[in-house]
Amino acid sequence: MSALPALEERLRALMLASLAGDAAAYRKLLAELSVRLRGYFQRRLRADLSGHVEDLVQETLLAIHARRMTYDANLAFTAWFYAIARYKLVDLLRRSRRAVQVPVDDLAELLADEADATGEAVDRRDLELMLETLPEHTRTLVRKVKIEERPIAEVAEAAQMSESAVKVAVHRGVRALMARFGGRQ
Amino acid sequence: MTDDLIARLSDDLKPVAPAALLGRVAGFVLAGLLVSGLLMLVWLGPRPDFAGAVGTSVFWIKFGYTLLLGLVGLRAVERLGRPGASARSTLFGAIAIAAVLAVVAVAAYAGAPAEARHAMVVGSSALLCPFYIVALSLPFLVAGGALMRRLAPTNLWLAGAAVGFMAGALGAWVYSFHCTEEGLPFLAIWYSLGILVMAGIGTLLGRTWLRW
Repeated sequence: MSALPALEERLRALMLASLAGDAAAYRKLLAELSVRLRGYFQRRLRADLSGHVEDLVQETLLAIHARRMTYDANLAFTAWFYAIARYKLVDLLRRSRRAVQVPVDDLAELLADEADATGEAVDRRDLELMLETLPEHTRTLVRKVKIEERPIAEVAEAAQMSESAVKVAVHRGVRALMARFGGRQ
Repeated sequence: MTDDLIARLSDDLKPVAPAALLGRVAGFVLAGLLVSGLLMLVWLGPRPDFAGAVGTSVFWIKFGYTLLLGLVGLRAVERLGRPGASARSTLFGAIAIAAVLAVVAVAAYAGAPAEARHAMVVGSSALLCPFYIVALSLPFLVAGGALMRRLAPTNLWLAGAAVGFMAGALGAWVYSFHCTEEGLPFLAIWYSLGILVMAGIGTLLGRTWLRW
């Protein structure tokens, strides 16, 4: 019950001292914030992004430093700090989503493009050979969604999975193919 | 690594005055005002009957409506640039100001003779007005965006909307020194439209422009 107000009070006092130019208080504040940020990001980043935790901690500390004038002493310090941490987390997730989606969509087009006559297109047999490397369940889903271009809802119903589970499985399958065969990253 | 960073940042620490952010806001707004004001004077010119208009209430209603909205917009910019702060009161403020003007405009319209009503709404520059307001708002938009990028907006859509709204209202304020329209319904419709267009532009730009 009293833990949060005590924490708020302590951090706020350190922040006010820091804004007044007290380097020792600032060092103490940043050290404590970095521990909290590390825990916060670790809990919220999925396995494939866990390597970014330390980068994100540092980026957030830099943001706090560069934008410390935006702290309003009439408002809670923890609310200010949390809003910045959350913004940095969401920003990373947004960036990583974009970074992952671009190459995967490329390959998806390539897979769907089986009948294309250009030299770049993958022919049917190659496609089957590539798909063979996937586990059977994933293979079926990828074939239905990406090659036969059936609606996700239909595929999900046939497989008795949720739509988002189908999307995730297909996405993972395509990424696995990409890692094995996709030259263009 | 992180410890090195903390050591570096704390060695680099300089005091920040409590009013530092407000000073920064004022600096950017004055820069916008300078450019927008010069643009108005050189391109459009102040209204030819300026000396006489200063004695009329309509001039001051135009002046007050746009300036008040501009100040509310500035307050919203300042709030939305601070993580964890709420800008809700500024939204209510803007709605209240617009509502008061709407009531006054409707009363003026209802109280006017039928043959004068059309002119109160469209005046002689209805379609030009929002266009000029947008043009005179651009310096404020650029300044406001540059300001917001130095603050720490955590809701980029809203922050963009606030920057656009502030720019629109202050641009309209500058425009009111040129505009000779006397109809309150004209003010309520066409000025507000110009301001809303700017709020829309700011909203669209926010997500990409204001990232940090």
